[in-house]
Amino acid sequence: MKKKGVIKRRFVDNVMKIVSFAAAMSGIFFLFWILIVVFNRGFSAFNWKFFTQISADGADGGVANAVLGTAIITIMATGIGVPLGILGGVFLSEFGRNSRLGNLIRFSANVMMGMPSIIIGLFVYTMVVYSTKTFSGFAGAVSLAIIMFPVVLRTTEDMLCLVPNSLREAALALGTPRWKATLHIVFRASKTGLLTGVLLAVARVSGETAPLLFTALNSYFWPCDPWWRIWDVFSTPTPNLTVTINDYAMSPFEGLNRMAWGASLLITASVLLLNIMCRIIFREDKR
Amino acid sequence: MKLDSKKSAKNSKNPGDEAFKIICMVSASFIILMLILLFIELFHHSMPSIRKFGFGFLWSTGWDPVRQDFGAFPSIFGTVLTTVVAMLIAVPTSFVIALFLVELSHPIFGKVVGEALDLLAAIPSIIYGMWGLFVFAPFMQDHVQPFLSKKIQPFLDSAAAFIGRATGIEIGLPFFSGSGMGIGVMTAGLILALMILPFTSAIIRDVFKMVPSVVKESAYGVGSTTWEVTYNVTLRYGMQGILGGIFLGLGRAIGETMAVTFVIGNAQKVSMSLLAPGTTIASTLASQFSEAVSQPLFKSVLLELGLILFLVSFVIQILAQLWLNRVRKSAGGGL
Amino acid sequence: MAGEKQRDVKISVRNLNFYYGGQKALFNNNINIYEKCVTAVIGPSGCGKSTHLRVYNRIYELYREQRAEGEVFLDGENILSPSTDLLELRRKVGMIFQKPTPFPMSVFENIAYGLRLHYKLGKGEIAERVEKALRAAALWDEVKDKLNKPGMALSGGQQQRLCIARAIAIEPEVLLMDEPTSAIDPIGTSKIEDLVKELESQFTIVIVTHNMQQAARISDYTAFFFEGEIIEYGLTDEIFTNPKNKKTEEYITGRFG
Repeated sequence: MKKKGVIKRRFVDNVMKIVSFAAAMSGIFFLFWILIVVFNRGFSAFNWKFFTQISADGADGGVANAVLGTAIITIMATGIGVPLGILGGVFLSEFGRNSRLGNLIRFSANVMMGMPSIIIGLFVYTMVVYSTKTFSGFAGAVSLAIIMFPVVLRTTEDMLCLVPNSLREAALALGTPRWKATLHIVFRASKTGLLTGVLLAVARVSGETAPLLFTALNSYFWPCDPWWRIWDVFSTPTPNLTVTINDYAMSPFEGLNRMAWGASLLITASVLLLNIMCRIIFREDKR
Repeated sequence: MKLDSKKSAKNSKNPGDEAFKIICMVSASFIILMLILLFIELFHHSMPSIRKFGFGFLWSTGWDPVRQDFGAFPSIFGTVLTTVVAMLIAVPTSFVIALFLVELSHPIFGKVVGEALDLLAAIPSIIYGMWGLFVFAPFMQDHVQPFLSKKIQPFLDSAAAFIGRATGIEIGLPFFSGSGMGIGVMTAGLILALMILPFTSAIIRDVFKMVPSVVKESAYGVGSTTWEVTYNVTLRYGMQGILGGIFLGLGRAIGETMAVTFVIGNAQKVSMSLLAPGTTIASTLASQFSEAVSQPLFKSVLLELGLILFLVSFVIQILAQLWLNRVRKSAGGGL
Repeated sequence: MAGEKQRDVKISVRNLNFYYGGQKALFNNNINIYEKCVTAVIGPSGCGKSTHLRVYNRIYELYREQRAEGEVFLDGENILSPSTDLLELRRKVGMIFQKPTPFPMSVFENIAYGLRLHYKLGKGEIAERVEKALRAAALWDEVKDKLNKPGMALSGGQQQRLCIARAIAIEPEVLLMDEPTSAIDPIGTSKIEDLVKELESQFTIVIVTHNMQQAARISDYTAFFFEGEIIEYGLTDEIFTNPKNKKTEEYITGRFG
């Protein structure tokens, strides 16, 4: 038989090795490019007014109202989405592991996780904004909650499934009712996992913009003024950071563009912090 | 798991347990309800548009709010084009990144790089939009697009002319024609590629790790190089998982909104040139919504676009689940 | 039987030491493997049999922390030297693993794959070679109608013979077999044993086995490994009937391992 030379094969191999290294490095390169730009331009927007004034004053103002609005919307969304998600996850891991309903729920959750967030925004627009006849922070919170729900549900299931059955059996053998065993024993055994799941879900929605365009909209004033008029969040458009970025970035005024960068840095830094925190918590737990 | 529902429910007639189970079941079932409601709501509110334009909506190119004439084709076309550009770049890149991280790099270095790449997925869409609009698009305009339109396009033109002479079929290959303004389909596609890269590369990495080492060893054992092992054996072995990952990435790319809206130019036009501005379904929704709020038909048109995006995403997710589940099953069953 | 044959040395191992990270696994192994006969490597599990075998084609190098020291001569050339062409070495030294490892391709492609890597062949020649290899592996009659089926669709024993066919198609000189029948049913095992005896006339075969009867049945020479050392090496008949070392005797009479 005629032998093939190995030179060409080795050449291809080496080229692919270099290409693969270059590809990985280019990913890192873009990550740093984006982060450096955001940090660099974002910092130049930071000043006392940026954090304390409301956006009604435009480039001379700040984004304090949007920060507060985003916080309110995210907390409300967490309040709605997380309990639902955790209870749903408990159902999947404790009651419905191989049942038909369980599989259907798991499947739906996976599909919902892959749904573009803008579709969720449209949906909440037709459901909540139509029926309450107003854009509101509440509608925004509902849309973010719907995005969080399947994420929390699936991570809860995964985390609870890691708890060994022997632990459940031990608890039940003591005569503990199932619900108590779940809440006291199973949850405690997987609490860091659950916490990371929730934090990741919060991180994911706190940078969302598209669904808020159709629901919370934006406002240049405080979300509730005076502060105890909390029901304003249910009845008026609510300021938030991401839609503010959207509005300011499209503006022809450079001052507003700069504020958009400042808001971008706030969002990016908090989302990345949440992510890194989750990883650290999770890793500590594994040890 | 024999601690399951039926048995324990029979043994313990604890009312607290029953209530707990029902609460959990209802919460979980919400997700199914959401999915069904989502479809019904979008469909219901699209009806005015569906009645007015019928199926012709899908290939009509009109977009005139004043005359109330709307067509989905520019949005659909732009969605397909940006997604194709993004996938063509992201999939092979993810594949070679996985090759590097799993097979070649030092494990610790690979872990650090892998985690950094995962962070790319954490950056919110709108930040990609900001960076794309203010940094990347100008960069493309100044450094990349002139090269493409001046150096590559003439080459494409002569190739088209050659094919025309050889086959008698007149074709054009105007992919890089016109002078780029930075924003446009290509810039959007590139940013999309960067955004889906962490998802596809994470899944391909997992698939690479799932391939039993003895299979890789036997491929090395017949005298293959690393690339030959990866391309001929690992790739085939993990094909289904990789397809699942590709579909997950596809689902992301197709519905990605803010980043695309910022850099695509939002023009309701159909152009074969990647340097021209265009639009996608998602960016049409985001950019036209404020104008449409006060016009019932316009709003219904946008909701129909949403319905189309929903249906496409739904199908993509089903395919992704199907393939990923198959892999999980076969990986569970051993070699 | 084997005793009368005058053999040339095919592989000569000199002072081979092997490390998994900081842990030493092989201690000063010295052995001569003779050409065109079957050498069985026996010993309790974890004694370094497989580790020793995996040095012969340097497959251990896939793992960063594994390291070999010493010399292994194949036809007089030290394969552990950095200048060795690994691709060519692995063509010359084929390997069969514990579990059958068909590639995720058709039966035909499984064999054609290696051929295409190493040789310039036309379509007809490849088909010819594939058939020849399958016949040599005593598999042709069973799979000639299934050439386009995936290799994974065959039975375990057939898969293992497919792997043997794949290895011999590229005309190696040495075949390493790492417990090739440990995952195969008894009928498949006896077919593979028959095959090994047949292949002996063309290849130098080194087979790691857990099964003492198997070693006695098919090998000409036997090496007994214990805790990373070669305790005893010689003609199989002598090792099994008249072991010189007490450990060997205890092992083959089943007192431990």
